[in-house]
Amino acid sequence: MDRKLLLEHIGVEGIHTHDVYRKQGGYKAVEKALKSMSPDDIVEEVKKSGLRGRGGAGFPTGMKWSFIAKPEGVPRHFLCNADESEPGTFKDRYLMEKIPHLLIEGMILSSYALGCNQSYIYIRGEYMYVLQILEKAIAEAYANGWLGKNIKGSGFDLDLAVTTGAGAYICGEETALIESLEGKRGNPRIKPPFPAVKGLWGRPTVVNNVETIAAVVPIVNEGGDAYAQFGIGRSTGTKLISASGNINKPGVYEINMGITVEEFIYSDTYCGGMKNGKKLKACVPGGSSVPILPHYLVCKTAAGEDRLMSYESLSDGGFATGSMLGSGGFIVYDEDQCIVRNTWNFSRFYHHESCGQCSPCREGTGWMEKVLHRLEYGHGKMEDIDLLWDIQRKIEGNTICPLGDAAAWPVAAAIRHFREEFEWHVNEPKLCVTKNYGLVTEKKFEPVNA
Amino acid sequence: MSQENIQLPEDLLQEVGRQIAKFPEGMQKSALLSVLHIAQAHFGHLSEPVMDYVARLLHILPIEVYEVATFYSMYDTVPVGKVKLEVCRTGPCMIEGAEKIVSYIENKLGIKDGETTADGMFTLKTVECLGACGYAPMLQAGEKFHEHLTEAKVDELIEQYRNNPKANYLGL
Repeated sequence: MDRKLLLEHIGVEGIHTHDVYRKQGGYKAVEKALKSMSPDDIVEEVKKSGLRGRGGAGFPTGMKWSFIAKPEGVPRHFLCNADESEPGTFKDRYLMEKIPHLLIEGMILSSYALGCNQSYIYIRGEYMYVLQILEKAIAEAYANGWLGKNIKGSGFDLDLAVTTGAGAYICGEETALIESLEGKRGNPRIKPPFPAVKGLWGRPTVVNNVETIAAVVPIVNEGGDAYAQFGIGRSTGTKLISASGNINKPGVYEINMGITVEEFIYSDTYCGGMKNGKKLKACVPGGSSVPILPHYLVCKTAAGEDRLMSYESLSDGGFATGSMLGSGGFIVYDEDQCIVRNTWNFSRFYHHESCGQCSPCREGTGWMEKVLHRLEYGHGKMEDIDLLWDIQRKIEGNTICPLGDAAAWPVAAAIRHFREEFEWHVNEPKLCVTKNYGLVTEKKFEPVNA
Repeated sequence: MSQENIQLPEDLLQEVGRQIAKFPEGMQKSALLSVLHIAQAHFGHLSEPVMDYVARLLHILPIEVYEVATFYSMYDTVPVGKVKLEVCRTGPCMIEGAEKIVSYIENKLGIKDGETTADGMFTLKTVECLGACGYAPMLQAGEKFHEHLTEAKVDELIEQYRNNPKANYLGL
């Protein structure tokens, strides 16, 4: 099945406008839902679809929705997380920029399903021009009666507004996003209570990623079962992949989950192969937080099976030999790239973005950045490699939010798979500044949890 | 700037009102991040008197503004150039040569990362992932993204902004 579910009409001229979007079948899902479906019917279809959160965690959306508390007389809120900031990820921006009404339609459906009458899109501050596109589209939706009081005579009211961040990766974490939306610093909250019980302004709240919300539109249009026909196993539907790095065709691709990683990298339909005919060295398949895979574990799993673009296959082998689909931020590295440098670069990112609440993350990320810098510039010692391993292990699982894990995993995976390249940096302090190591040798993995 | 000089013009005050109206009554603090963007675009940076003014606009305490203004990386609490050139240097942008673009701008403008040109026109900053990984290398100038950078394209941009520094804002 090559059909696209989100980007089907992306090539149609003017698809960012209401009238063209409508002509292509836009807002039919809203008409259908408001006429013939109860809110619980929609939740049911989303459950049947098997849709999982597209922001990175992959939590089943229908289940997340079913947790929302419904105390009498307390308003509930539905929020769109458009704080896309995971290095390697730029799919939400693409979707909002090209086809903003798809997100708005998904927001209406989701808000109706959850009984929310005031919903917000929280977008990162740097996407100011996308915010303007969304505001224009929202104004069009109001003018055409898709938003506001008594939408299309259904009795359902919905107000939708966009609001902005101001440069903080941490606000992609849902409780930090809520804090930020309340006009505060983006410090994640301790859970429980979960947002479903106590979220925005202390009210029951659901936060979903842009792509997740957009996927509700085809689910309502075609039914949850039909949606689940796409994809493979528990990875149902299609996924937007942001492809970057040393490939011929970087960009955003909607894939039917289950195609092979090899096809994704080498086929002309997608990345178009390695740039300049270079060899593949490594791949980060799901955004900077997920474990990096060495060349021999990218297209095949440790068991020698084809690696597929799906939640399960990309994590096959656990962290010992697998990675994660994450946000779908697919970064490809060729033989000329330095893994120590890349790891240092990512550590600097996490250090910069740590909110500073928890000491393992606040101190640990900075410490890792410094040690990696030292290794990259030829001042490292052999013990530094074990020191790094020790620091990352003490961050993981010891922080309020997953930023600590996200900072630890790339370092752990780099050492696990590229230890020889780290050691070379210690043994060749002069050479490592001017030359690159090239490909690492293939290892046989013992079935232990390294 | 003395306190009494700090006043947004009528059109921007209306924009502030529009941001506040997005939230239920009593929740006007939620508009803080948007209002700080408006204030920064108008006053150039968020000085203490500007932050105090924003606090008055939103009926919140000055400390509530300070703690937010110092948390988010897009806010400047010290003066910067009329045009901020913010070059992304994370992961994919590094692979595609962000460091070369940074040194090129440093040499061209005679400033280092974080500094402002003597004429107060340009500030150069390196920043973390701006979500343009597939179109690297890239920089953000004010509110605009410039992608697939080359040295020639940087020359062009600098020329363009030198002639019209306001061009880095999208306009409300």
